[in-house]
Order: sequence, then structure tokens, then C-alpha cells
Amino acid sequence: MSLEVLGITVLMTFLFGYIIVGAIDFGAGFFNAYSLLTGKEHILTNVIQRYLSPVWEVTNVFLVFFFVGMVGFFPSTAFYYGTTMLVPLSIALILLAIRGSYYAFETYGASGHKGYSFMYGLAGLLLPASLSIVLTISEGGFIDMVDGQPVLDYGALFTSPLTWSIVFLSIAATLYISAVFLTWYADKAGDRDATELLRKYALIWSLPTIITAGGIVWELRSHNAEHYNQLLGLWWMFALSGALFIGTVYLLWKRHNYGLAVWLLIGQFALAFYGYGIAHYPYLLYPHLTIHDSFTNTAMATALIIAFILGLGLLIPSLYLLLRLFLFNKDYVKGRKKDEHA
Amino acid sequence: MGNEESVFFSRVLTELTLSFHIIYATIGVGVPLMIMIAQWVGIKKNDEHYILLARRWARGFVITVAVGVVTGTAIGMQLSLLWPNFMELAGQVIALPLFMETFAFFFEAIFLGIYLYTWDRFDNQKKHLLLLVPVALGASFSAVFITIVNAFMNAPQGFDLVDGELVNIQPLVAMFNPAMPTKVAHVVITAYMTSAFILAAIAAFRLLKGSDHVYHKKALFLTMKLGLIFSIGAAIIGDFSGKYLAEYQPEKLAAAEWHFETEGEAPLMLYGVLDGQEVKYAITIPYALSILAHSDPTAEVIGLNEFPEDEIPPLYIHYLFDTMVTIGMLMIMVSGLYWLGKHMRWRFIHSRWYRWLIVAGGPLTVIAIEAGWWYAEVGRQPWILRDIMKVPEAATTSGHVDTMLYLFATLYLILGVGSVVVLRRMFRKNPVEREIADREAEVREGTRKGGDHR
Ligand code: HDD
Ligand code: HEM
Ligand code: HEM
Repeated sequence: MSLEVLGITVLMTFLFGYIIVGAIDFGAGFFNAYSLLTGKEHILTNVIQRYLSPVWEVTNVFLVFFFVGMVGFFPSTAFYYGTTMLVPLSIALILLAIRGSYYAFETYGASGHKGYSFMYGLAGLLLPASLSIVLTISEGGFIDMVDGQPVLDYGALFTSPLTWSIVFLSIAATLYISAVFLTWYADKAGDRDATELLRKYALIWSLPTIITAGGIVWELRSHNAEHYNQLLGLWWMFALSGALFIGTVYLLWKRHNYGLAVWLLIGQFALAFYGYGIAHYPYLLYPHLTIHDSFTNTAMATALIIAFILGLGLLIPSLYLLLRLFLFNKDYVKGRKKDEHA
Repeated sequence: MGNEESVFFSRVLTELTLSFHIIYATIGVGVPLMIMIAQWVGIKKNDEHYILLARRWARGFVITVAVGVVTGTAIGMQLSLLWPNFMELAGQVIALPLFMETFAFFFEAIFLGIYLYTWDRFDNQKKHLLLLVPVALGASFSAVFITIVNAFMNAPQGFDLVDGELVNIQPLVAMFNPAMPTKVAHVVITAYMTSAFILAAIAAFRLLKGSDHVYHKKALFLTMKLGLIFSIGAAIIGDFSGKYLAEYQPEKLAAAEWHFETEGEAPLMLYGVLDGQEVKYAITIPYALSILAHSDPTAEVIGLNEFPEDEIPPLYIHYLFDTMVTIGMLMIMVSGLYWLGKHMRWRFIHSRWYRWLIVAGGPLTVIAIEAGWWYAEVGRQPWILRDIMKVPEAATTSGHVDTMLYLFATLYLILGVGSVVVLRRMFRKNPVEREIADREAEVREGTRKGGDHR
């Protein structure tokens, strides 16, 4: 494996991590707000709070890791994406800031204003939408070079059906991932009402997820034929991903083994995500930027990879400890351990 | 929007984000150490008050961390959004510490989550304290790594520049650049110092507002002692920073000192005004600049006239430097007198005016942090990478920076006000007197302390 492929694989793995933990977090915020609206908050709030509280900062670091790593391994992305993405990413940053800080303000400062919860929920939906724009732009066709400087064509971007399919997919997938995960979590907590409600949400959002995902592939055929053809070449990954999807829905439907359902879900998204990514190879930005011509020098790449391996040696045990103490700790999940925060 | 405007607004937005982030970041670096010390003292002396101190500090810390994290995420991304050309070039040489910083964050975030939610889980408090060690280490190391990046901007090395291309890159050499030792040490120790004085200010404020609880007195004494140690350290390392500047960035030191002619036996000028190249109404300390620069009262200090006009930083940084140093000296005196007064049983340290002075110390040290950073960053102008890239070449060409500036300014206003309001409400609703009473009642009722009570 060449260094650039290794680099991009590491980065994709962290992006994937962010997509999953971020989606759970964003979706949870939305369901929480929605339950306030429909007067069902007593069912959900407890489960959601217990999951989110100890991990919210960790979620954010996945994102930071991704974009810092991206500029580290592929400095030219700073030039192309940095110059063009000022507006969409600034908006995403502001949403992220509002969301993160209000979560802390609410949970620890206990202000309990409903308006915050709605803002929090809404921001959770807008975030995946605004972040997903990066993916759309990477397909090419939205960036023109003017005097050697990349310029984003907003008109083309916002009128393209591809943009909107990706936006819808990001929202549907967020809610779907979140609902499936929380169904399992609520079930572990022994909270029947919450499990049932979340299971219903999961089933509702499964269909839009798979439809929009299919829609994107179809859009790509006309938008970026090269990427489309490479996707077809990897058809088996997507077929397998679809099979796992059916498995998850089946388990949910039968109220059977929600833990397995979550693993199938992760498998489904992993296959689709890596399939999509592999088909994107070698482009980081069609047709301007490939992973080869944007790659940093060998000395830096080697240093980054060594740092990464050493870092993982530190992180994996720590993450394991976090999961054991909170996610997989029966007493904590069930709320029997009255761990008072600070 | 022309490119000049993009550059201008990029600068303002960077200045704004960094100046805002640094307040929360400084607290984020220093306060975990303070919590750790308080909890440790509490365990060692078997004194519930210190443990409660640690616990209440930790509660407030969550709020400041949250703002630190989101503004840090903002500046991290803004570096690429506003300075894409700089990141593309410098990223090839200095990406390593930036990348390592994310690991430090990761480490900190994980253990902070665990620490905050396990206050009553362990019967042995020492185990709980142990969880804080990675938090404090992670926070301090994120400061170390990011400051290394900043040091590189001041003293770039570890590569060769051939026809505008970077070759022969050595990431470790770039990290261990000449600016790094003094800069890292000064930033970290001033973060500890600032946190100590902010916490001291809170304790002094409670005492002024009528609480006479021994809890606040213990808090005040502990934080003032720590503040004294760290402020002396800050001044000593600050002195080394001056020597670094004299050697590697003489224009920054000369501009801060309004030192125009290269000469020996150079005096240090504090404040004053500038009339052409003449300094008026300044407080002059003979030989002091030569000593600051080279530890030798007769040593020659390079003056501004040696540099081309367009490479001289703005001269107003003189006041920033003076502000920082004045506050540093003042805080050494305030905390030193307090400590001495405690031992000598001087009465005046318990007087209202002295407590107000301690209260003022909190905001003042934050001002010193801001002044120090502004001095260091503006003093590097016009360079973004000294001698290699100037600021205008680095900036984005995007035309929407002004709009983003207004959006972010609004955001910081909301976050700043929000964090203050939430912190005040949090401690108002649960004053320490009541918490202590509650805890004592709990113990008296014979319920087991900690563990699975309720
Ligand atoms: C509480 C804050 C505080 C206090 C009391 C001081 N400093 Fe400071 N100083 C900083 C906070 C700071 C800082 C914010 O940490 C800076 C900005 C960038 C940096 O490297 O550290 C800094 C930079 C800085 C620099 C520039 C370094 C560079 O650009 O590389 C010098 C020469 C000094 N300081 C010297 C001093 C001296 C002689 C002090 C005597 C008391 C002093 N500082 C007190
Ligand atoms: C990764 C490290 C850093 C980078 C890449 C960076 C980048 C920049 C850039 C591009 C500017 C604009 C130059 C200008 O305004 O003329 C700037 C200025 C500034 N930076 Fe840094 N900076 C770094 C570290 C820091 C840190 C840690 C702080 C402290 C909070 C800081 C504080 C400032 C301030 C106050 C200015 C305004 C200076 C001015 O008016 O020019 N910087 N920095
Ligand atoms: C250009 C300068 C800077 C950049 C790019 C930057 C970047 C960041 C980022 C991305 C985060 C969020 C990490 C997370 O998600 O947990 C953050 C938070 C933080 N930053 Fe900064 N930072 C800068 C300046 C500084 C400085 C000068 C210090 C210390 C002196 C500092 C200390 C911290 C700390 C301790 C946190 C963690 C939040 C907390 O615990 O309060 N940063 N920073």
C-alpha cells in the first residue's frame, strides 16, 4: 500500500467514525426536540441524556481529527477546499458551536429552556446537510478556476439534483442510524416505551435512507460518469451493503436482537462508505485534485503515520475504558448507578 | 470584494477568533491542574472542603471547556478557510504537531467524560483523582503542540527553499525550532498562572460579598500560593523569551522597546509616547534592555534602523509589551505580599481594598494573556512565516469573508454572554454553604458517603 493510500484510508476511517457517532448525536438531538413537541419527552429524554452526556466532546474530536489530518496528509486540499468552502463550512462551524455549547449549558447549567432544545434539534439536522456539501463538491463540476484561483459556482451547486439528493440522504441516514442505535440502547436500559418509540422511528426512516442512497447513484450517472462506472465495478460491495440493510430492518421488525441490528447497520454503512470512497480513487476533487498530486512529502507522511500509530496505542485503550464504563456498563445504562456528574 | 479586503477581513476574523478562543483555552489548560492539586490536597489532608473545591471547579470547568472546544474547532478550520496558501505551504513542514494536538484533545476529551461522571463511583478517591491526570496532561500538551506550530511561524526551519519549493523536509527539526522552548514554557506557565488568579479572584469575591466561610479562605490561600509560584516562573521564562527575541527576532524586541539605534548599555523604556524617533515621558530603567536581551548591562542591542522600513512591525506593540510586564510584576507583588502577610499576620491582607485588588487580578491576568499574544503576533508582522511568506500572500481570495466576520462575531457574543450567565446561575442556585450543609446532613444520617446512595 502506498503512503497516500494509507493516509487516505486512515482519514476515511475517522470520517466514518464521525459519521456514525455524529449521526447518533445529531439524530438524538432531533428526536429529543421532536418528543418535546409531541409531549413524549418523558419517554426519550432519559435515554438520550444518559448516552450523550459523557461522550459529546469525543464526537467533536473525530471531526477535528479528520480535517486536521486531511491538511496534514494532503496540504493542497487547504488550497482547493479552503478557498471555496468558506461559506458552507463557516455555517457548519456556527451550527456546531451553537449545538455543542448549548448542550453543555443545558445539561450542566440546567437552564431548561425549550427554545434551546428546538434549536439544538434543528441544528442537528442542518449540520449533516451543510457538511455533506463537501461530498457534493468533490464530485466536480461546481468549481471553476479563475485566474488560477478556485471559485465555487453557487448557482450550479444549489440547482443540481445531486446536491439535494446528498442533502436528503445525509438527513435520512442521520435519523436512521441514530434511531437504530438508540433502540438498542433503550432496550439495554430496559426502557420498553422508549424502545418501542425509537424502533418505530428507525423503521420509518429506513425507507427514505435506502431510496435516497439509490437516487444518488442514479444522479451520478449523468453528473460524473467516471465515478459512476467505478461504482458499478464495485457492485458487490453495494449488494452486500443492501443485504445488511435488509437484515437490520428484519431484526427491527421482528423485535429481535437489537445489538446485532446495530452491527449490521454499521456494516451496511461501512461497505457503502468505503465502496463510494474506493470508487472515488484517485480523486479528492474531480478533476482538479488527486491524492497523488496533493500528497505531502514522504518525510512528513512517515512522521504522521508514526504519530498516528503511537496515538492509537494511547487512544484505543482509553476509548475502550470509556465504552466499558458507560456504554456497556449495565448499571450505568439502566440508570441504577446514580453517577452524579461533578 | 477586492483581495485587499479579503486580507483585511481575514486578519480581523483570525484576530477575533483567536482572541476569544485564547480566554477559554487558557482556562482549559490551567484549571485541570488546579482541580488536581485541590483534590490531592483534600485527599492528603482528609479535608472535605478541598474535595468540594475541586468538585465545584470541575463543574464550572465543563462550561468553559465547551466554549473552548467549539471555538477551537472554529479556529482549526478557519486556518484552512482563511489562510489556504499558508496552510498549503506550511502544512508540508509543520503538520506533525498540529496532528499530534488532536491526539492530545482526544485523550483529554475521553478522560474528561469519564472523570465528570464518576464522582461517586469509586470508594477510593485516589482512583478518581487518577482519572484527572490524563485530562491535565492532554490539556497542557494541546497547548504545547499548538504553540510549537506558532513558534515555527516565528522561526521557521527544518526545510530548504529551492525556487519556491520546499525540499529536504525534516518534521522534527521544524518542531524543535529556536522559538519553541521559551514560547512553549511561557505559554503553559502563564496559563497556569492565569487560572490560579481567576480562581483566587472568585474566592476573594465571595469573601467580599459577605460569606465568611472557611471554605473560601482555604481556596484563596491555595490559589494565591500557586499564583505566586507560577507568576514568578512566568517572569523568569519571560526574561528568557526576551533573550530569544534578541537573538532571533531582534526587530520584534526593538519595536516593543522603541529601540531605534543599535547600541550598548540600552535602557528599558516603559510607557511614554513617541515623537518621531524620540521617546517622551517614558519611565526609563538604565541598562535594563541590555540585561533583558543579553544578561549583560553593556551588551549591544540591535535597533530598528537596521531593518528595511517595510519589515518593521507596528510600533504600538510597545504598549502591549508594557501592559503584559506591568501586570506580571503587579501580580507577583500582590500574591507575594499576601503570602508573606499570611505568615507575618499582617492585617491589611484581609482588608476590603486588598481583596478587591485580588479580584481585579483575575481579569488583569486575562488582559496580560491577550496583550502577550497580540504582542507576539503583531510583532511578527508583516510576516506570517517569518522571512518566507507575508500575510497578504497567505490569505484567501474568497469574497465573503466580511459576512462571515459578522456571523462569527455574533456567535462569540452569544457564547461569551451565555457562558457567563450559565456559570453565574449554576453557582447561585447551589451556594457552597448549602452544599456543605447538605453533605454534612447526609453523613450524619448515616448514609454511606459516595457509592450507590439513594
Ligand atoms: C499572564 C500572562 C503573562 C504575563 C504576566 C507575562 N507574559 Fe509574556 N507572554 C504571555 C503572557 C504573559 C503569552 C500570552 O503567553 C505570550 C504571547 C505569545 C507567547 O509566546 O507567550 C507572551 C509573550 C512574551 C514575549 C514574546 C515571545 C515571542 O514572541 O516569542 C516576551 C519577550 C515576553 N512574553 C516577556 C515577558 C516578561 C519579561 C514578563 C514579565 C513579567 C512577561 N512576559 C509576563
Ligand atoms: C497554529 C498556530 C497559529 C497560526 C497558524 C496563526 C495564524 C495567524 C494569522 C494568519 C494571523 C494574521 C496575521 C495578521 O493579522 O496580520 C495571525 C494573527 C494573530 N494571531 Fe496567530 N496564529 C497561530 C497561533 C496563534 C495563537 C496560539 C494565538 C493566541 C491566541 C494567536 C493570536 C493571534 C493574534 C492576536 C493575531 C493578530 C495579529 C495582527 O493584528 O496581525 N495566534 N495569526
Ligand atoms: C491557532 C491556534 C489554535 C488552534 C488552531 C486551536 C485549535 C483547537 C481546536 C481544534 C480545539 C477543539 C478540540 C476538541 O474538539 O476537543 C481547541 C481546544 C483547545 N485549545 Fe485551542 N487552538 C489554538 C490555540 C490554542 C492555544 C494558544 C492554547 C493554549 C494556550 C489552546 C489550548 C486549547 C485547549 C486546552 C483546548 C481544549 C478545550 C478545553 O479544554 O478548554 N489552543 N483548540
